[in-house]
Amino acid sequence: MNDPMRTDHIRYRIGKNNGFRILTFVLAFACMIPLVAILFFIIKAGITRINFHFLVNIARPVGEKGGGIANALLGSVIIVALASLIAIPIGILGGVYLSENPKGRLAYWCRLSVDILQGIPSIVIGIIAYFWLVKPLGGFSAFSGSVALAIMMLPVIVRSTEETLKMLPPSLKEAAFALGMPFHRVIFKVILPVGISGILSGVMLSIARITGETAPLLFTAFGNPYLSADVTAPMQSLPLLIFNYATSPYNDWHDLAWGASLILLVWVLFLNVFTKLIAAKWKVQL
Amino acid sequence: MAAIKGSWIMVSLGILSLLSCSGKSHHLIGAGSSFDNPLFSKMFYSYFQSRGIKVNYQSIGSGGGISQLINRTIDFGASDVPMNGEQDSLSPARVLHVPITVSAVVLSYNLPELQDTLRLSPQVLAGLFLGRITHWNDTAIAAINPGVRLPDLPVVIAHRSDGSGTSNIFTSYLSMISPEWASRVGRGSSVNWPAGLGGKGNEGVAGLIRQTHGAIGYIELAFAMQNKMAFGKIRNRTGHFITPSISSISAAADIPMPANGKASLADTDAPDGYPISSFSWVLLYKEQDYRHHPQEKADHLLHLLDWMIHEGQRYSSALYYAPLSPAAVHAGEGILKSATYDGHPILTQKN
Amino acid sequence: METSLQAPVIPSPAVRDTVGIRKRIRRSFRQIRTESVFKQTLVIAGLILVILVLGILLTLITQSLPSIRLLGLKFIWGSTWNPVKNVYGAFPFLLGTLLTSFLALLICIPFSIAIAVFLGEYYPSGWFADVLKNAVELIAAVPSVIYGFWGLAVLVPMVRSLEARLGIDQPLGVGIFSASLILSVMIIPYAASLGRSMIQMVPEHLKEAAYGLGATRWEVIRHVVLPYTRSGLFAGILLSLGRALGETMAVTMVIGNSSILPKSIFAPGNTMASVIANEFTEADKTVYLSALIELGLALFLVTVIINIIGKKIIDRFTNE
Repeated sequence: MNDPMRTDHIRYRIGKNNGFRILTFVLAFACMIPLVAILFFIIKAGITRINFHFLVNIARPVGEKGGGIANALLGSVIIVALASLIAIPIGILGGVYLSENPKGRLAYWCRLSVDILQGIPSIVIGIIAYFWLVKPLGGFSAFSGSVALAIMMLPVIVRSTEETLKMLPPSLKEAAFALGMPFHRVIFKVILPVGISGILSGVMLSIARITGETAPLLFTAFGNPYLSADVTAPMQSLPLLIFNYATSPYNDWHDLAWGASLILLVWVLFLNVFTKLIAAKWKVQL
Repeated sequence: MAAIKGSWIMVSLGILSLLSCSGKSHHLIGAGSSFDNPLFSKMFYSYFQSRGIKVNYQSIGSGGGISQLINRTIDFGASDVPMNGEQDSLSPARVLHVPITVSAVVLSYNLPELQDTLRLSPQVLAGLFLGRITHWNDTAIAAINPGVRLPDLPVVIAHRSDGSGTSNIFTSYLSMISPEWASRVGRGSSVNWPAGLGGKGNEGVAGLIRQTHGAIGYIELAFAMQNKMAFGKIRNRTGHFITPSISSISAAADIPMPANGKASLADTDAPDGYPISSFSWVLLYKEQDYRHHPQEKADHLLHLLDWMIHEGQRYSSALYYAPLSPAAVHAGEGILKSATYDGHPILTQKN
Repeated sequence: METSLQAPVIPSPAVRDTVGIRKRIRRSFRQIRTESVFKQTLVIAGLILVILVLGILLTLITQSLPSIRLLGLKFIWGSTWNPVKNVYGAFPFLLGTLLTSFLALLICIPFSIAIAVFLGEYYPSGWFADVLKNAVELIAAVPSVIYGFWGLAVLVPMVRSLEARLGIDQPLGVGIFSASLILSVMIIPYAASLGRSMIQMVPEHLKEAAYGLGATRWEVIRHVVLPYTRSGLFAGILLSLGRALGETMAVTMVIGNSSILPKSIFAPGNTMASVIANEFTEADKTVYLSALIELGLALFLVTVIINIIGKKIIDRFTNE
């Protein structure tokens, strides 16, 4: 009954269980240390700058108070929205293709392409967009910047869509097919809605990835000190502004850059919450 | 499903048409030297307020400015370095160099135990950056800093890691004063540094200097002034140790100008002149009639540049740039008048 | 077809029936057509991805031709990079890229798996999990320029004092190790978020069966959850590696940017991406520019090779 070896062994197993549980907790929360440090860094530097004028004015030159980032804010919204418009449909369809055709020659190359796209440094994508769009069309444009960013979004969206859909139980799809639903309806009415939270978080991740990118925009969207909504002309964006102002020698501009960084973070946070709300609603309607 | 797809396309088209209908107004697009960016932003802001012309200048680096000009994606470029032979041969047409402002590169260091300003001679500078002088109490440094207690500390060299006009100005100077540097390393926007650490941008170098006890590196004057960093006096050709300042840069820049505007200020003869100074140029095509370039734009551009070398100069000093000398302004006027549209001069009446 | 045109004539019950059938058949045909159109759309989306990569490859090759012609294989094995003398050897950068990426991966794996297990297994919901989940997503959202500034201001001095304690003769702080640390923070979200969704997909009955046999939580994680999600976790780590290879701005700011072959992991170095970012805008010679683009091409090829190796490993794991 009370075999001491057995209880020892059980105690050992329970101890190991608790030990690893604590280790997991510690490691998981250790990741928050750099984040908190960085957030503290940005908030401390940026919070004093942010007010209404900061959001609705355009940047002023050195030595004049009261500059703002309206042009960069509008530009970033337009460039990112346009990039999402290009990347989301292609990305999701590509992901569906991969999950529906897990084997096969095209799928193999397609998956490899996605992995390669993921690894191409952003500045190289900027160079590519420059050679494909800017040089032939004879001018910088927000559109070329969006294309560059869309290329960067694709791998994340395709990957997350594929991985999410692959993990869905096959019984779901089989049940829908058994009811005589055509393939595309199975995908759009059953598979995608069930996997929506995974897909949306992939889309989110990709948007988060591109909103902070400077390098692909340097030679494409180019930047613009004035308010502009013309996608065929140069356009300012937040990361470009942060990059230019943070590397300048002037404190006024540094402040502007920190304020803009904070806005960028808040924006991504907002996007995050917004996506979650949508995902929740979608699921309820199912 | 079709409804979703349809509405997606509708939304896309709607946004596109909404965005593209705003149309292009009178925009001038320029790019290049990041060093010029603060001054230009000030100039272009006040030019927009007085004349209503929008000038979009982006600091993508001097080399970037030149290659964009060659690819004809911009109306004008700006560079801290004149175009070299290969760039001239790549360029589809003749390019004018208009001197626009004067800059300096200073040697900043981190030696908090020093009470006085560090003095540096060209030989010491070359020795340091070639990795030959490895400790601060080296006899060569002590000889030109009499009465200064130099610490027994290793020298850490900080240089720019990104290609930059600043590096070009500095390595050109070193190549002029040290034959060994000229043969071993040479001059360029990015060179193979024999010693030290690279930092990205002025702030990267400044960060390395601030954090490393015993570090020395080169940065732009405006950056050093704004960030209150210690910088050394450099011995010029006449034997004086010169503190970099707007007046000592102006003294170096007060030279007779060649007609093409490409004058070098490195290792100046002027007794009060700071030896590591340089012009910065705006680059534009001599013949302004080319693809996608209407006469109206050419007119706007030439008037803008004319304004920049005259009225625009008053913004220089406050931002730690040296204003152009009368000789440089005169040379600039001559260069601007030589610009043509379809063979006809653009700036005819004196304004 | 003709019967449906005669529809206005009052039909007998039998005819009405055939009309209905024909309608249904027509609808089926339409659906089959839509289905094949949809399947083609999917194939096209897949093709776009492949064509995109081929296009990028082609562009990179054509743009780097001048340097390939001039330098040949010396480009890969040469260890001197001197633009002034037109000598371009990319070996130090190749080494720097591989060192920083793998070191970052090594550092990041325990943390990202811990997050994945925490969110997927211990606390799949609740405010506690929400905080961590949002925090991880925020890590991905911080622009890399800001990581760079933070790294230079906070991390580098810490690494320097660590180096001084380890007795390295010139503690600089900047270098490959600092770059790997920053990189590991930046890639955690990629591995963790994918890992979490994998772990949540583990069928309940598998875990319950294990619990039913008296397994502890840790044993369930170790012997059921992790093996089940192995390929997914590996995919997440590969995704992170892809990101680490190409990361530019933050690395550039803390790696020390020295083109000399690094002697240790604390020495300053350079990665391929950081060289491109540093020198691209100021490349003032045709060969120089094309050598930089060739670096991009090399990076591209390294990614291809690593991915192919990764795929082989995944195949081995899943076929076990």
